[in-house]
Amino acid sequence: MRSFLATALAGSTASPGRSWLAASALIALLAVAPIIALLLIATQSSGDLWPHLISYVLPHALSQTALLLLGVSVIVTAVGTGSAWLVTAYDFPLRRGFEWALLLPLAIPTYIIAFAYLDLMHPIGPVQSTLRALFGLRPRDLHFLEMRSLPGAIFVLGVVLYPYVYLFARAMFLMQAASLVDAARMLGASPAAVFFRVALPLARPAIAVGTSLALMEAINDIGASEFLGVQTLTVSIYATWINRTSMPGAAQIAIAMLVVVVALIVVERRARSRQRYAAEAARARRLQPVRLAGVWALLAPALCFVPVLLGFLAPAAYLANESWKRLSFAGFSDRLVEETVNTMLLSGIATAVILAGGLVVAFAARQSRLGLHLLRIASLGYAVPGTVLAIGLLWPMALVDEALNRVGLVSGMFLSGSIVALVYAYGARFMAIAAGGIEAGLSRIPPSFDQAARMLGRTPAGAMRAIHLPLVRPALLTAALLVFVDCMKELPATLLLRPLGFETLSTHLYGEAARGTYEDGAIAAILIVLFGLIPVILLARLSRREG
Amino acid sequence: MTLANTVRRCTQTALLAGATLLVAQTAFADEVNIYTTREPGLIQPLLDAFTKETGIETKTVSLKDGLAERVATEGTNSPADVLMTVDFGNLVDLVDAGVTQPIDSEVLEGAIPENLRDADGNWFALSLRARVAYLDKSLEDVTSFTYEELADPKWQDRVCIRSGKHPYNIALIATMIAKDGPEKTEQWLQGVKDNLARPAAGGDRDVARDILGDICDVGIGNSYYVGLMRSGRGGPEQEDWGQAIKVILPTFADGSGTQVNVSGAAVAKNAPNKDNAVKLLEYLVSDEAQGIYASANYEYPVKPGAPVDPIIEALGPLTVDPTQLTEIAAHRKEAAALVDKVGFDD
Repeated sequence: MRSFLATALAGSTASPGRSWLAASALIALLAVAPIIALLLIATQSSGDLWPHLISYVLPHALSQTALLLLGVSVIVTAVGTGSAWLVTAYDFPLRRGFEWALLLPLAIPTYIIAFAYLDLMHPIGPVQSTLRALFGLRPRDLHFLEMRSLPGAIFVLGVVLYPYVYLFARAMFLMQAASLVDAARMLGASPAAVFFRVALPLARPAIAVGTSLALMEAINDIGASEFLGVQTLTVSIYATWINRTSMPGAAQIAIAMLVVVVALIVVERRARSRQRYAAEAARARRLQPVRLAGVWALLAPALCFVPVLLGFLAPAAYLANESWKRLSFAGFSDRLVEETVNTMLLSGIATAVILAGGLVVAFAARQSRLGLHLLRIASLGYAVPGTVLAIGLLWPMALVDEALNRVGLVSGMFLSGSIVALVYAYGARFMAIAAGGIEAGLSRIPPSFDQAARMLGRTPAGAMRAIHLPLVRPALLTAALLVFVDCMKELPATLLLRPLGFETLSTHLYGEAARGTYEDGAIAAILIVLFGLIPVILLARLSRREG
Repeated sequence: MTLANTVRRCTQTALLAGATLLVAQTAFADEVNIYTTREPGLIQPLLDAFTKETGIETKTVSLKDGLAERVATEGTNSPADVLMTVDFGNLVDLVDAGVTQPIDSEVLEGAIPENLRDADGNWFALSLRARVAYLDKSLEDVTSFTYEELADPKWQDRVCIRSGKHPYNIALIATMIAKDGPEKTEQWLQGVKDNLARPAAGGDRDVARDILGDICDVGIGNSYYVGLMRSGRGGPEQEDWGQAIKVILPTFADGSGTQVNVSGAAVAKNAPNKDNAVKLLEYLVSDEAQGIYASANYEYPVKPGAPVDPIIEALGPLTVDPTQLTEIAAHRKEAAALVDKVGFDD
């Protein structure tokens, strides 16, 4: 990384701040290039598409998307914040275990959870079969637990995405709330009052960040929604592109959607910007958990167990069972080993690249307002559905390839024919997580540290090496692990952009799912989960140590 | 700093991996590169047999969507030789996107009936499959079925089908438009929607499973899934699904025959291994390959007289609806618009 930074700083020792900005601008431009390409595609005519969309598609898609996001935000906020508060403010049996177990759903892609629950809840699946046997019912007598519905999709996305809120809310409770919460407790506030009047308002920014990440994932989800038959905007974009063979039309919807998402983010930031918290000084102390007794000592672990069961244990047990069955009658495919290596290598490389980019962008953002704008621009890709982003990326990459060929630097498809394309796509997609996470970490470092370092003669880069990097390490690692897990789970861009003969675990799983034999993909799915567990467990250990 | 080392090591690995992939791409001279939207498991047995016969290595990338876009943007640098799809609509799209080239081959023309290939030689059908009716086993007295009947009120809350936006269903609706016009088709589609027992989603096999789970009694699915399920190749559970249904080859109300779709292939415009691409296509219509289509995929061969798998043969003789594929393709957008208009998937 040092050499990377040196490159970023090369040639302009006179005004180092400017080279940070230049590097950040370059990264933002790269990240936003596919969106610019989409804008260009969107300017082409889409014929009579919009009257049709406005009459028949958008009303339903908008209401479905709004309800889906509303439902998911209720679940992820309630479950994420509630469980985070329980494990930080109280002590009860198994609390230490739940601290990290609550993160486990991060390891499972939403489309896999959707597959698993459709099978688990099917009339001939284990849950309904058992219930029917207990009550002596026929399937026809009782239609229930239909996963192919809006509530089904809300449930699936809710139980798999709540850890985003949990992670941020818990960190906030640990870091910031201690003195105020203790004061409230000493003044005799009830537990409910402490939570609702002190902890919750304090944690609002963290909850907002976590919820917005979860909602971005939800809005971009295509696997689970399509599979469960929910007609969201993203599913509609897809259909427009495929069935009307209208890329301009799909790009137009995607851009319109991006505008709405960005508007929501701006409104949310405005609403939050008036709140300032001076709790930084309290960082040295952490919240003292209150020991629970009596019925609460049983209720608290039970409450924490529910999201872990629904978001991880039940689907993972299902996958393990299916894998076992497959192994016994179809055996283990050697290809899976190669695909596992590909997946880990690709995700590792992408994470390193994204993290390096995120560092530059986040440091530039600390230095000036322009830098902050560049960070926002570099983060836009997260709000665009993966496939659409990948399509937008095809053009700029082909242009670069063309240029490289013309000057004779390389022959053939240097970018679009190698995993560079995939790393680029992941970068454009997940820069938001890296840059945002690092920026959040940096914002905890008082500006006085920078000023002191500069007065003592350090360059910005020197100050960064000596002060910021060590202090921001936890945030950096958290971002790295989240990005790694997301890269491992990514499917639509991976499908479209991977080179000839290059398969990952998720494309393997897709191949099986495409044939309708998604249960054949169980072994690939369980491998994704197992390897996804490694970063999640690291993340859990890290967040414990941080606390 | 350990982090810096990690990053440096990762960067080195990245460059190495990138270089390896680049080298790997140009290493074989005797190869053919296939971009396909066809499910990988379905074509691999054919490609393996081709390599065994000719010594030509195959390399595939299976995509979901965006085949035409990817090949188009790759332009003259594209390594794609053969483009394979599962729906003739997609084949027509490839021609429209300008990423195919006409092929003049006596072998292909001799093997494939004229209505199952492009008049200019831009694409060729390689296998057929029928859209058949899956019915609950208990419906013993039902011996014939028409697609129109799906909208019959007697099936209210008893119909299961996959998304109306799926190319298979779009083709069925487009055929209906070609026969009866858009207004009657819209009424029919509304009728089918009113009969749905659950949202139009999932795959064809879900129809069979939902019939077994007593969610519905009748549905439409592809013929080859019947073979896959009943053969037990997908496991004992799927065998149960396949045994739970009774299969009827439906016709349209005019008595014309069963709707079929094709899988097919085209040679890419900038194919670097054009000769091998043509060899692959010619191999795929050979008796041997057509036999693999039948035995490995349970599809109907495109070549007249080639054998059909016993499980599929047991479904009864197939009479193909004579509507021209090009005409069906022309009505696809209209069909998709109708699906939106009646809110079929909502």
